[in-house]
Amino acid sequence: MTSTLDRPDLAVPAPKRPATRERLTWRQRLGRFDVKASPYAYISPFFVLFGLTGLFPLVYTLVVSVHEWELLQGQGEFVGLENFANVLQDRFFWNSIFNTLSIFLLSTVPQIAMALVIAAVLDQALKARTFWRMSVLLPYVVTPVAVALIFSSMFNEADGLANNLVGLLGIEPIQWKHDTLASHIAIATMVNWRWTGYNALILLAAMQAVPRDLHESAAIDGAGTARRFFSITIPSIRPTLIFVIITATIGGLQIFAEPKLFDVSSAGGIGGYDRQFQTTVLYLWEMAFFRQNFGEAAAIAWLLFLLIVGIGLINFFISKRIATAEGRVIKKRTAKRLATKEVGK
Amino acid sequence: MTGITDARAFPLRPAKRKGGDAGNAGIGSKPGFLSYGILLAVLLGSAYPLWWSFVVGSGTNATRAETFPLIPGGNFFANASQVLGAIPFWQALGNSLIVSSIITVSVVTFSTLAGYAFAKLRFRGRDGLMIFVIATMAIPTQLGIIPLFIVMRELGWTGELGAVIVPTLVTAFGVFFMRQYLVDVIPDELIEAARVDGANQIRTFINVAIPAARPAMAILALFTFMMAWTDYLWPLIVLDPTNPTLQTALGQLQSGYYVDYSIVLAGAILSTIPLLILFIVAGRQLISGIMQGAVKG
Repeated sequence: MTSTLDRPDLAVPAPKRPATRERLTWRQRLGRFDVKASPYAYISPFFVLFGLTGLFPLVYTLVVSVHEWELLQGQGEFVGLENFANVLQDRFFWNSIFNTLSIFLLSTVPQIAMALVIAAVLDQALKARTFWRMSVLLPYVVTPVAVALIFSSMFNEADGLANNLVGLLGIEPIQWKHDTLASHIAIATMVNWRWTGYNALILLAAMQAVPRDLHESAAIDGAGTARRFFSITIPSIRPTLIFVIITATIGGLQIFAEPKLFDVSSAGGIGGYDRQFQTTVLYLWEMAFFRQNFGEAAAIAWLLFLLIVGIGLINFFISKRIATAEGRVIKKRTAKRLATKEVGK
Repeated sequence: MTGITDARAFPLRPAKRKGGDAGNAGIGSKPGFLSYGILLAVLLGSAYPLWWSFVVGSGTNATRAETFPLIPGGNFFANASQVLGAIPFWQALGNSLIVSSIITVSVVTFSTLAGYAFAKLRFRGRDGLMIFVIATMAIPTQLGIIPLFIVMRELGWTGELGAVIVPTLVTAFGVFFMRQYLVDVIPDELIEAARVDGANQIRTFINVAIPAARPAMAILALFTFMMAWTDYLWPLIVLDPTNPTLQTALGQLQSGYYVDYSIVLAGAILSTIPLLILFIVAGRQLISGIMQGAVKG
């Protein structure tokens, strides 16, 4: 294809007079078809595959959830909302919701607080900057399954590292795998270990976008490090902070590998002998592939989805509120400061 | 490793950095002992669990009883060979490589195509479809596992690698990520110029879009590979223990009443080595990818 030949063909302006249309060569028509159809050709592989593997299962889950449906027998009769009613009356379901929320809080809150501190520390003129950043990210390359193996060994009650260290402080060994709260802390530790550095880097990127003169002028005004952190940094990185909180929420409510592998020997990996750390996704797995009740499992999937959307929205509004409130305080303070300066002159 | 490497750590949008971070300080202008102390603590916290696993994995089950073991023993290879005997490690490693590679190639290809169309081509329904893509990013994958399993069983694919690969051939995140990147990076004039030169659409895509998209494609590939490699729930459901991925095989080490932790941990370390190598080779890209995503997100 030489460019001199093609140039006049493709540069034809849009046909304003119908007469010219008749005179288009097949080449010109091909060119126009190319321009019109190509975008759809480029997006269609995604939409076709996504429709088959993403959307179809979504709708089909709803179909399964309103039928009696066993793993082996397959589709049974239509039962309406009975599966949902059964799940909502199931104390194991509520137990799993409680565990999920408890582990979620124990992992998300400290994780984001720590990530903020680490990001602020990294956001300085450090020596060996890349080295520190990589050291922060190291746990991210350990897969959740490997993390679960490592930490379930560390939190082993008889002779694990955690109880050895606790023993040094003169405290009795903790029942990491039997006690509800202790097991939640142990599982939250796994999540925190893997994700804190990752989130710190996201927050660091946002902090670097904060204009430096904002910090400098505040420093000249006598604001200390902590004060500047709360009054400038946090409000400035608000959108990123919300993003991190929401992704941590979506991830935190779907924890599976960690509780599944935390104490396999006691109950076949359903989250403790008394389900004391069975999360909702783990319960969904048990319902579908242990108890083989697909109908109720599909209902659990939908309820979990609603929970994730709900908590995501609550998070969004709370973090928006907090951040705007802080923003307002700063604006007021700056206004005051400016006013007093004016007076001082 | 010095701080001069910043330009490489930020290959994507060097122009948009405000103030930069080369020697420029954020909160405290001079990082003091406290800052380095915190970083050192974080480093220890990041690295010690891995080191501890190696120490125990290279010792005997008795090593674990030591309060704070620091020195590796000589049993790593003995323990590792026990791992190789207990689970089909090499087969699982091969399966994981196949699954993750195919998913990565597919996701990057289709995301780049669709992302380019959404970013740079004009067509009916573009904005509506893009909003649809963004909305679907929030849907958790767990929601679909039951119907997916039913379908895979109908097709007779359970136990086959195809059952793990097919559901993840495209991701909404990939399309979103490529679109966000390409929208800024390719000037419209460049596409116009290619058109004037007589290039048809696919030629423009190959000669203009792909070279421009290359850095983002690399990052998307890295993250997609990681995602596919770490997945546990779906392969656990759809594959047999006899033909596992690395993650499901590793999970098998933990089953049984008596658990020999030195072998379990040797397995954990053994399975982490491939990603550690990736981390050493591509760690900078990983860091810049995460930070890039943040600026976009």
